[in-house]
Amino acid sequence: FPGLADVSIPQDIPVEGEITVPVGSHSPDEDYSTLDEPVKDTIMRDLKAVGKKFVHVMYPRKSSALLRDWDLWGPLVLCVSLALMLQGGSADSKDDGGPQFAEVFVIIWFGAVVITLNSKLLGGTISFFQSLCVLGYCVMPLTVAMLVCRLVLLAGAGTGSFIIRLIVVGAMFAWSTLASTAFLADSQPPNRKALVVYPIFLFYFVISWMILTFTPQ
Amino acid sequence: IACLVMYLFAEFDDAANLLAANPDATTISIDEPVEIPKNQHSRLQEPGREEDDELLGTDDSDKTELLAGQKKSAPFWTFEYYQTFFDVDTYQVLDRIKGSVFPVPGKNFVRLYIRSNPDLYGPFWICATLVFTIAVSGNLSNFFIHLGKPTYHYVPEFRKVSIAATTIYAYAWLVPLALWGFLMWRNSKVMNIVSYSFLEIVCVYGYSLFIYIPTAILWIIPQKVVRWVLVVFSLCLSGSVLVMTFWPAVRDDNRRIAVATVATVLLLHALLAVGCLAYFFDAPELDIPAPIIPAHNSTTKVVLEQ
Repeated sequence: FPGLADVSIPQDIPVEGEITVPVGSHSPDEDYSTLDEPVKDTIMRDLKAVGKKFVHVMYPRKSSALLRDWDLWGPLVLCVSLALMLQGGSADSKDDGGPQFAEVFVIIWFGAVVITLNSKLLGGTISFFQSLCVLGYCVMPLTVAMLVCRLVLLAGAGTGSFIIRLIVVGAMFAWSTLASTAFLADSQPPNRKALVVYPIFLFYFVISWMILTFTPQ
Repeated sequence: IACLVMYLFAEFDDAANLLAANPDATTISIDEPVEIPKNQHSRLQEPGREEDDELLGTDDSDKTELLAGQKKSAPFWTFEYYQTFFDVDTYQVLDRIKGSVFPVPGKNFVRLYIRSNPDLYGPFWICATLVFTIAVSGNLSNFFIHLGKPTYHYVPEFRKVSIAATTIYAYAWLVPLALWGFLMWRNSKVMNIVSYSFLEIVCVYGYSLFIYIPTAILWIIPQKVVRWVLVVFSLCLSGSVLVMTFWPAVRDDNRRIAVATVATVLLLHALLAVGCLAYFFDAPELDIPAPIIPAHNSTTKVVLEQ
């Protein structure tokens, strides 16, 4: 360093101090760790993140928020509520009724894992949990459809109610598939997009079928 | 072996450039092996076996063996090893499905379409689709058949999905395993020209099940005749793919064993189709409301069934 060649340190300035170098400025979070914050703040922060992702699914735009900050709270809540709402279906003595709670749970989670593995094996660049997060959040339209179906079934179970349920479930199925495809298709190699989208279609089709064929006792 | 290596190099441009620096004698020998193996094969073999060249693809079988060895070099505990089984593009999967539905007489499905790139995508997802198609179609068909009856209460019959899944995945993976083991055993006793790897057999079986998907959808039609015509038709198509694949692999063997092997393959395939039809789809009987006289009942039943 030529400019510093003639700088000399006077003898009376003490050469001492901290050996660690502060990295940037202190953000408010680091001044007090999240261990000390009120519980309400912790819960609200996570709830806000989950709520923001629900909004992203409702209006699917190409945003990276869903992918970057993945969490599995939303999928868990949706899966449990969907499985609970699918209970109470008809079951005759042959025990050939609707899916049990465990069956719905396994289908959703195992199906999501298989689809994620499939897209990664085909050369996708998305991470495992990001893909699980997207697939789980995109079950939300179908959960809404299940809620609507149960309300419609309270009114009656005739042909008219079936047509309404068919239209609602069909629309929500299309919404789910398009939303998850919008988020996931970009991370796939271009000549294999259809190979990745088809299992997602099958996955939501099976869930829609379970919702549509739900008949109360 | 040297001729074969030269033949391989002829396919790569940069290698040809490298060899162009050599004397003319070597450059000439690059082009010759491309034609010579075919001529040699046709001259050395009997005329009756010429059709086998297309079926066996013996002129490039060695090349494909070499390439197959080069491809899957990652150790089996890494993720990349399994990625080599999914190295297919959309158009390749569609081509293979087309090849299984429209079998060209004389063309071997494995040699024509798989060509040392067996994939697991097709077999896995075709089986998954077939499982759900059969379960959903069976449920729908039963619903339509029993629709008018007053005592009928619709149930989704979700149990049947797990039964369908077990059956179809067991068929698509255990039967190829047994067949592969059997072919390996016979290969050790009789020198067969053609041998397939386990994944190629799984591939053929997986893609040959594709025809059952539209068949299952059409089985919703509650007519016995229609259903059985569909069974025979789909069995012919997918059975011919299987026969054309496996006949060259057993033909050099003892005649009776070869015929028995192919017959068993076809029989198991037929058993799967008929079993699915019988279990998931109720018989479309024509209902007679509350028969009063049993004799009258049987005669009317006979009349209606005609």
